[in-house]
Amino acid sequence: MRPVHELLLMLVVLTDFWVLGTGRLSSTIRAAACQGALLAMLPLALYRDASPHMLALAAGTLLVKAFWLPRLLTRAIREATDRREVEPLLGFNMSLVLGAVAVAVAFSISPGLPIPGLRSDLLVPVALSTVMIGLIVLTTRRKAVTQVVGYLVLENGIYVFGLSQAERVPFLVDVGVLLDVFAGVFVMGIVVFHMNRAFDSLDTSNFAELEE
Amino acid sequence: MTLTAALGPLLLFAVAPAVTGLANRAKSALTGRRGAPVLQGYADLAKLWRKGVVYSRTTTVLFRIAPVAAVATAALATWLVPLDGVSACVSFAGDLVAFAGLLALGRHLLVLGALDTGSSFEGMGASREVTIAAFAEPALLLCFTLLVVATGGLRLQDMLGVPLAHAWSAASPSLVLAAAALFMLSLAENCRVPVDDPLTHLELTMIHEVMILDHSGPDLALLQYAASLKTALLGAVVVRVFAACLPLPPAVALAVLLPGLALYAAGIGIVESGVARLRMQKVPQLMAAAAAVAGFGLILLLR
Repeated sequence: MRPVHELLLMLVVLTDFWVLGTGRLSSTIRAAACQGALLAMLPLALYRDASPHMLALAAGTLLVKAFWLPRLLTRAIREATDRREVEPLLGFNMSLVLGAVAVAVAFSISPGLPIPGLRSDLLVPVALSTVMIGLIVLTTRRKAVTQVVGYLVLENGIYVFGLSQAERVPFLVDVGVLLDVFAGVFVMGIVVFHMNRAFDSLDTSNFAELEE
Repeated sequence: MTLTAALGPLLLFAVAPAVTGLANRAKSALTGRRGAPVLQGYADLAKLWRKGVVYSRTTTVLFRIAPVAAVATAALATWLVPLDGVSACVSFAGDLVAFAGLLALGRHLLVLGALDTGSSFEGMGASREVTIAAFAEPALLLCFTLLVVATGGLRLQDMLGVPLAHAWSAASPSLVLAAAALFMLSLAENCRVPVDDPLTHLELTMIHEVMILDHSGPDLALLQYAASLKTALLGAVVVRVFAACLPLPPAVALAVLLPGLALYAAGIGIVESGVARLRMQKVPQLMAAAAAVAGFGLILLLR
């Protein structure tokens, strides 16, 4: 049987595709929540000798990425009238294809990267592909909420990459990163909420029309 | 050719209408209805078989070929699949392309038959069928490529047979992804819910059902039987991919096919009761998702 962490990493990539392929805002948020839950289980699966560091990291990730942030975003779009990503800059099919290309590139370049002390040879490619897919979502979608989810996915990729070195990274750094993400998404959630109040829409292209 | 290899297709021919019946029954049960009996399909076929045929004067021989061709191609494709998990009756290098080609040929002749009626509704259905197939076929071949790479064989007999059992120990994640993608594709190939609703009777939204609107009597029976045979056949392929994880003697593997097909039908029922039908523009997205899943499996395998 395959070890559990490989299965988790595979599911992380599948949630990436989920984010890429879905147009409904609530569905993208749910995908991000699922990914957060998967990432919370990952340190426990990778490092069987459960140190307090890993347990705290898993608990913090679960709390922030799987519960708080999705709830925050769901509340931010509660009053929104448009619940779909209507016209992304890049169509859903094309972004799925691009995502598949990103995964292929990530898997082809990662064996060349000299990274010491890897627990699994899937960690780096999955991290890279998640970062790239997060970037695709962040740049090609119009709705503020989807862009926030893209940012979250991008950060999740960095988190996976950080896990490969989790033994060397001090606990405070992990907590700091988590707090950063929380603060960032918190602020963006407020922005989304007020944007919806001001424009009656979540479309970020409205910002281009701001004038004195 | 062994006895079990020859029995496999015959078994599939026999149970095909029951698989569709079971899928509909599962859907009914999950939506709080009792539903038609599982064996209703056989009764329907018998009823249609006794009826007369009406041919429109505008139709030509193409219209009459379509039902026979649909059954014949599906039945021929069945002989290529190693249903007992060891050997298929007909097997040659590259028969995976023949398998996909036979399904495509059946669809092609069905589409021609539909266009032959000159009805605008049938033309719409035909155009949709071809559009979806254009997206589904590359994804299907991608799934097959994955199986070829995993097993190292170019014959369906190897891809779904004994070498697949060895591949399961080495590449299980890829194979699970392949099976998932094949399941999604089978929903499209069989015109089941996220792609097409077999129960709808509004011409503007139908795909498969609208193409067979002008067929009657035994011709309609043949078309319905071909549809259920295709469902059972693709279901059997999905079941074989999963069942290969534990190597079984041929007779047992053949017996396992039946509960496997029942599970597959139940899976269709679950999907149909839980998911709304996709808008037509969204269907290529589903196929792209299936291709992405299979492609990811392939990448995992090649790394």
